[in-house]
Amino acid sequence: MNTEPTGLRVSSPGISATVQDSGRRACRQQGLAAGGALDLHAFNWANKLLDNPTGAACLEIMLGGFRAVAETDITLAVTGAQAPITINGIQSAHWQTLALKAGDELAIGHAESGRIIYLALPGGIDSPEWFGSQSVVPREQIEGLAPIVGGTLLRAKDSVKQVASREVPARFRPDYCEELTLRLLPGYQIGQFSEGDLLRLTTSAYELTQQSDRMGFRLSGPALTEVPPGIISEGIAMGAVQVPGNGQPIILLNDCQTIGGYPKPGVIASVDCHKLTQRLPGQTIRFAFADLVDAQNERRLFNRYFEKTRWKGLTNELEWR
Amino acid sequence: MISPVSENTLLVTLADEVRADLPLKLQYLCQQLRAQNWFWLQDLVPSYTTLLIVYDVDHLDFRQAAAAVRPLIAQCLDHSTSNLPAKAIELPVYYSEESGPDLVGLADACSLTVDEVIAKHTATLYQVYAMGFAPGFGFMGEVDPAIAHPRRETPRQRVPQGSVGIANRQTAVYPVSSPGGWQIIGRCPTRLFDRENLSLLSIGDQVRFYSVGREQYLSLGGTL
Repeated sequence: MNTEPTGLRVSSPGISATVQDSGRRACRQQGLAAGGALDLHAFNWANKLLDNPTGAACLEIMLGGFRAVAETDITLAVTGAQAPITINGIQSAHWQTLALKAGDELAIGHAESGRIIYLALPGGIDSPEWFGSQSVVPREQIEGLAPIVGGTLLRAKDSVKQVASREVPARFRPDYCEELTLRLLPGYQIGQFSEGDLLRLTTSAYELTQQSDRMGFRLSGPALTEVPPGIISEGIAMGAVQVPGNGQPIILLNDCQTIGGYPKPGVIASVDCHKLTQRLPGQTIRFAFADLVDAQNERRLFNRYFEKTRWKGLTNELEWR
Repeated sequence: MISPVSENTLLVTLADEVRADLPLKLQYLCQQLRAQNWFWLQDLVPSYTTLLIVYDVDHLDFRQAAAAVRPLIAQCLDHSTSNLPAKAIELPVYYSEESGPDLVGLADACSLTVDEVIAKHTATLYQVYAMGFAPGFGFMGEVDPAIAHPRRETPRQRVPQGSVGIANRQTAVYPVSSPGGWQIIGRCPTRLFDRENLSLLSIGDQVRFYSVGREQYLSLGGTL
């Protein structure tokens, strides 16, 4: 018993659950998507709760409906979409560490607000690494990198780690129902769009459609009427807003194709992409033009906050180190 | 030309239109960039006329990244691609109705016989202009105008692994089964992507297809 790795046996993965870390680099010229956790805010907090390295692999659970049984005593962390969490049927709390005893059943119900739930294990989840990343992009059908199925044992990388009881301060827990304005960083093709269309894009509300997944979110709203012709296919940046002939914008995300030929007015600030990925079909978003340098600085602060802070003693507050 | 794209990407544009000398120039530029071993260089996506560069925004900004890249672009544009070795790859294809459901329709639409379509598809030495759509999927050109044909109006839900397709003046092999809208004229038994070796094709490579019969296709590992 003493050498048994700590872990959780999945009984039901829900609609879709995949292992994700911060994504794969230097493989896109082969046609491979970057992958990686969609909402780095909730993802980073899940790892922070367990003092894991930033970017350690977590389970990304879409819409909840997840059940698993602890094979050993284990402390884990759950963040993200608001969903009822129970241990052995008893209501438990969200955005905090959960100490399970061997045999305990963890159940995450269906998301009431938000889309994505992150489940972190001590040291990160131990799963096959391929070209520097454990991220799973299902459509690529890479052997050994498939979505989680019932019966899978999720192993923790660090099975001896002692984890303190922590919770994320309330001010860092987002309200995923809040109306969202996405900052659009204009790109070099913006001049190809008409002033009328750009005004329409930045003054209208767009609804998220059912066709929203890890590849991208399709929107529905006032269609752009003078969509520029297609461009020569070029590399796509994460968060790119592409406008196909029907005039309805699509926001491209982590699992999108590496190149594409639809015209693009710009790219969404990455911190806003995290927020977007937690929104559900039917929710609306707006666009507002913003400055690239401001977005870069915000990105750096976001990264630095998770890299350079640590828990202050046994409190639930972080301090800079 | 170098343009900012997002917080951590920039786009290098070498030309305004597709040209046959660009894939090798892009391949050369990627090699030169990788040889610098810049810790901040995270990813490269070459495609037809452009190169998307992903950099680490925690360590530098657009101006710094552009300044580092600019001399290499000038060098690449000056460099004669005739000195650059292009990798040559030959791919077997089983052209038939059972492996290529659009073969007969495409021949009819182009007023050619099936044999003429096969002869024209195998006569051209193609170049890989871009990688994308799926791991190992190479966009090759240029297809003989006599057999150039637009994509299907309604894409198929599932195009089997190895399917060889035509879309306008481009041709490609589907490395894994996926949805797709290209006109499928045959199937190739060669693995174009695997876990260990990654993609068989890369931008700038030269590819020639040759016709094989049913038996040879199956003996080379093809499935029907």
